[in-house]
Amino acid sequence: MISRQLSTMSGTVPPIVSVVPSRALVDEKIKVLVENLPPGSPVTLHSLHHSEDRDYWEAYGHYVSDHRGTVSVAKDLSFGGTYTGKEAMGLLWSMHPVPGSRKGLRLRKRDVCSPMLVNISVHSGHIAEGFRQQPPLASALIERWYMAPGVQRISIKETGVRGTLFIPPGPGPFPGLLDLWGGGGGLLEYRSSLIASHGFASLALEYLSSDDQYPLFSIIEAAFSILKDHPQVIPERVGIFGLSLGSILTIFFTAESAVIKPFCCVCISGSHIYPSGKSRKGINHLKLNKVRLDENNHHIWRDVGRAIFHTPSNQVDVGKVNCPMLLVNGLDDQNWPTVESAEDMAEKMNAVGKGHLLTRLEYPDTGHLIEPPFSPHFRATNFIVEATKEKVIMLWGGQTKPHSDAQEDSWRKILAFLQHHLYSSLTPKVKL
Amino acid sequence: MDRTQSCVKLSVKPSRGLMDEKFVVLVQNVPPGFQLTIHALHKCEEGHSWEAFAHYTANTTGTVNVSEDPSLGGTYSGVEQMGLLWSLRPVPGSKPGLRMRKVDIQTPMEVTISVYQGHQTEGFMDQVQLAGAVVERWYMAPGVRRVPITEGGLTATLFLPSGPGPFPGLLDLWGGEGKLVESRAALLASHGFASLALDYLTPKITIETGKIVDNSYFETAYRVLEQHPKVVGSRIAMMGLSLGTSMTLKMAVYSQVMKLRCAVCISGTHVQPIDGSLEEMLNFCRENAGKIRVNENQTIFRDLLLPIPTDPALKVDVGRLQCPLLLVVGDDDENWPAQESAVDMKDMMEQAGNSHLLTVLLYPKAGHLIEPPYSPHARASTFVPANSHQELVALWGGETVAHSRAQEDAWRKTLVFLREHLYGCTMTVEH
Repeated sequence: MISRQLSTMSGTVPPIVSVVPSRALVDEKIKVLVENLPPGSPVTLHSLHHSEDRDYWEAYGHYVSDHRGTVSVAKDLSFGGTYTGKEAMGLLWSMHPVPGSRKGLRLRKRDVCSPMLVNISVHSGHIAEGFRQQPPLASALIERWYMAPGVQRISIKETGVRGTLFIPPGPGPFPGLLDLWGGGGGLLEYRSSLIASHGFASLALEYLSSDDQYPLFSIIEAAFSILKDHPQVIPERVGIFGLSLGSILTIFFTAESAVIKPFCCVCISGSHIYPSGKSRKGINHLKLNKVRLDENNHHIWRDVGRAIFHTPSNQVDVGKVNCPMLLVNGLDDQNWPTVESAEDMAEKMNAVGKGHLLTRLEYPDTGHLIEPPFSPHFRATNFIVEATKEKVIMLWGGQTKPHSDAQEDSWRKILAFLQHHLYSSLTPKVKL
Repeated sequence: MDRTQSCVKLSVKPSRGLMDEKFVVLVQNVPPGFQLTIHALHKCEEGHSWEAFAHYTANTTGTVNVSEDPSLGGTYSGVEQMGLLWSLRPVPGSKPGLRMRKVDIQTPMEVTISVYQGHQTEGFMDQVQLAGAVVERWYMAPGVRRVPITEGGLTATLFLPSGPGPFPGLLDLWGGEGKLVESRAALLASHGFASLALDYLTPKITIETGKIVDNSYFETAYRVLEQHPKVVGSRIAMMGLSLGTSMTLKMAVYSQVMKLRCAVCISGTHVQPIDGSLEEMLNFCRENAGKIRVNENQTIFRDLLLPIPTDPALKVDVGRLQCPLLLVVGDDDENWPAQESAVDMKDMMEQAGNSHLLTVLLYPKAGHLIEPPYSPHARASTFVPANSHQELVALWGGETVAHSRAQEDAWRKTLVFLREHLYGCTMTVEH
């Protein structure tokens, strides 16, 4: 492939990269346009992000400009790179750590009050490396935000409950959502701040802490109450949004808890197993001898989950679920038998006439970590096993393109589900 | 206690945009046929509150889309996607003669958009909204760099677009109030032009020495741009508003140093003594001050420069212009005789044979202050001419709806003009 070098040294004007919108929420689409190229010239569009952890992430696509010297990422096809075909958002979802990076990285924003900065640039020719060595022909900087203007961020520290509450702008009160993350622990705010940007008061909860003083279940029950009782939250409209271990807890509480009665739930990559025992230690009682290793020595925990799941006494009685539940799972989930679990849940709920409460979204070639759209896909990442403190590389599964499609599709459907149950079902209290 | 619950959803997209970008305001989840008011509130840097509002009736799906549905009344009517911004006006009880301007252009303008029940016209602050959202309006795109310039005795700010460059350059001049106005240069840089906002009436050097700058000051500014490593020296344009136009035309035609690629003159005139520089122009205005009229406490300056002289020593010989010129003119300009000047300039250029360089955009019922779009229109406002300290109320002219349309159209056409002459390519009407 001949690549014509475009000169910027001769004083001629460079091409122009424009991205609209230049400041957007992370789930909003962008249009990347390059103009003023020579007609029919091969160029590479490149995206670069310097993460909070100081790693570099990039994506790139190979394009050919039209007779006017224009490349439109939304309309043209990429012929190679980290994505191919017509992919308006390919420069974001196909990002991966640059060559030479540490292994097993995962990209997650910790500070949601500042945007994620991504540099979009255009390079001469179809190249696959050396982006940092040669200056681009032109570039534009974009901001990707996890928080809309006007969203309030409130730290919560009450009797064992540690989390962050995000309140949408406006008079309120708003429907509420308890946001339960997975077994990796920590306080991850980005999904909550994004959900709040869509009109739901969302509480991101840190429920796996080293503080043994408060049993896990009391923490979650207390958090749910804090949300319900908050003056900016509509107490009859509080739901739960779980991921992985958070989903397991969601299903358990929804079925079994006398205190927690969510109006509806979203469970991503979970299952209906009983977190045995009423303590943190009980949650993490996993049959680790069932862990398999793949050809790269990455941990596959699917069978661990299966072993638990296939023991009837470990199963939550989902016949007791009384609210609408949206299950989102990936068919290539290597971490947990989420799809098998969903099938069993559907069977059990149908048997007691509650099948109408359950909606199942299952995506092919999609892994365990189904996150907000346009975030990069991680097939395997570093993980610290809570019980043993062992550092492993966990295989989550999924192939990048189908997994990214699943993230985009499921997010839209999750928002529609929440909107329908938590907003539309409210009777308007306005006088006509 | 029975709390009112609102299921009304309000969204403004994009919630963070540039000042010249459009947004879509959408209200959902109200009963079909529901009457509501959408309200915009902004507290400016000087602490004044500005508001706009419009009355809508929801359709059968319980939705109001401001970009598609007509306003039935308020500070604007009809289908006006951006009406909530350009129809902003000081809240009742405000000081008269206000004009909205942002000095710190590195932070966004914040506007609170709210939905109220019914068709309201006042007392918004005493009512509970049904829903609210906050919108940020930015002057600077991400990655645009702001560089204060003091070399060569200049008082200026350079805005560089994001990216390696180099970029075409632009010299940006404002009008008779002086000070360093950065808003337009910041926006232009967000569109790919390395723009230098220049204070030529109240620069440090004039404040300290009392001396008015002359042509060499402008030529220095041009040189600073030309020699900047991030600027393509052979592609520099000049843009002026009002008095800024006078200097732009003078330099475009007579300067041996400045080789402008193109020029944009907004609400300006070519009438000035061709000898000398800024000081001569200011003296000329002072000599004709008797022609200034005051009507109902509003000062009308336009007669100052009328009638358009026939004496060639008193108007820039635009027949000698060698670069494309875009004139933006409002036919209700009460401050300067921009329309009469445009007609005369066209005549001169037709006679000289260079009228193919001229494009005149004449906007009906637009006033003097034709600025980047969606900023509120002020038909008159308090004005302190530079170096004068005498506050008066200047009549700018223009009727709000027409003026706002003119701003939107002129800005788009200005960007197309600059893109074509400075980048050498036509703009894709993509976004």
